[in-house]
Amino acid sequence: MIKVKNLHKSFGDHHVLKGISAEFSKGKTNLIIGQSGSGKTVFLKCLLGLLKPEEGSITYDKEDFLKMTEEEQQIFRQQLGMVFQGSALFDTMNVGDNVMFPLRMFSSMNPEERYDRMIEVLKRVGLENVEDKAPSELSGGMQKRVAIARAIANNPKYLFCDEPNSGLDPETATMIDNLIQEITHEYDITTVINTHDMNSVLEIGENIIFLKFGEIKWQGTNKEVFRTDNKAISEYIYSSDLFKEVRKAHLNK
Amino acid sequence: MKYLHNIGQYFIMLKEAFGRMTKRSVLYERSLKEIDELIIDSLGIVCFLSFFIGGVLTIQTSLNLSNPLIPRSLIGYATKQGIILEFSPTLVSIIMAGKAGSYITSSIGTMRVTEQIDALEIMGINSINYLVFPKIVAMLFYPFLIAISMFMGILGGYVTGSLGGYISTDDFIIGLQTDFEAFQIFYAFIKTFFFGLVLATMPAYFGYYLKGGSLEVGKASTASFVWTSIVLILINYVLTQLLLS
Repeated sequence: MIKVKNLHKSFGDHHVLKGISAEFSKGKTNLIIGQSGSGKTVFLKCLLGLLKPEEGSITYDKEDFLKMTEEEQQIFRQQLGMVFQGSALFDTMNVGDNVMFPLRMFSSMNPEERYDRMIEVLKRVGLENVEDKAPSELSGGMQKRVAIARAIANNPKYLFCDEPNSGLDPETATMIDNLIQEITHEYDITTVINTHDMNSVLEIGENIIFLKFGEIKWQGTNKEVFRTDNKAISEYIYSSDLFKEVRKAHLNK
Repeated sequence: MKYLHNIGQYFIMLKEAFGRMTKRSVLYERSLKEIDELIIDSLGIVCFLSFFIGGVLTIQTSLNLSNPLIPRSLIGYATKQGIILEFSPTLVSIIMAGKAGSYITSSIGTMRVTEQIDALEIMGINSINYLVFPKIVAMLFYPFLIAISMFMGILGGYVTGSLGGYISTDDFIIGLQTDFEAFQIFYAFIKTFFFGLVLATMPAYFGYYLKGGSLEVGKASTASFVWTSIVLILINYVLTQLLLS
């Protein structure tokens, strides 16, 4: 579980995060949603320690992340897995080496064990016989799956995903969403997903945090999002006619 | 103020490069790869340029020495001095700022814009140590490249001088041996050592702290070449003043 209390972050005069407090539960897919400029990315970067907030606390289980030194934070991050918007696979390595990279860095596995684990996680994300290929030879969806495989290879306790299905076709996007949810349940990890994608919200949003102008305006689940009368999130999610129809159909069930 | 900020940031990067070390086996492997990419891959162009610059030095010195009272061996002497004192350490370093420096800036810069550096950081890796330290190790071998450049430059002068009929081989060798001072070789390698450190770290700085997209990668490569060349010339001046005056 990750607990955030009264988090503030500014850039000069621009107050981006205005006292955010939230909890991200273990074994659940926790989604951060909101418009562009709402502070989602800044919030995620604060959680990862890539930005330093001026005030507040971030607790990973019982460890106060912001009280750690920079070096302690670097060491702590070995327990995190991250899936980037652009996959961020190392283009000087093939797929297999990309997945084995965290194992090589931080595990005591010998080369054979590392190879076996790499094959195992690639299979888990539905990829076979791609370990010798360069990342550039794979499609966007396959690159995302390799990124997920790399993120979970070293059994992280926390998984962060930044726009995991941006730029993907709807079918692949749904497949990536479902994969992340399955992995979250299977490995019992705390997953935090930063997304714009309304399908993700409705499909896998087990705990949704809606940010607007640096504040949490709504928090709930994908089931509750259909019934809420909160104006801010309703305007955001049901801005298109399609989603208005989806909501109507759901409520009429 | 911006310049001061950049200089400070550069030295902080240098400190971080020797900070928390990446796993030794990984650094060893990466260092070998960097030696291959920065040193071995540069051998061809450095040999080619040095050979022909040596040849041109010989031709030009010869054509400018029309006074019969000046011994012809001076052509060999001038070629040796030009190659050892300036061409090989300094001009080859400026060429390397273009070749290896641009490669370093663009490769690290591309990693920055594609979030690969963020990925390293989030994995708990000291990304500056992982990326920059092996380049510094590789550049410790830079003096070997310059030694080869010196040899090829003098060989170029020797071959051009003898084949072109500008100087006899005996006169050229006498010129090479005239007033030989071992300290000048030491001076050249001291310079080379400092130039190697600059070549490994300044382009890395421009790539690592790059902000923006792919267009900025190109701009950073150009800026890296310009500033690395300026710093090399300044260090050259300071070291020459300190060691030879």
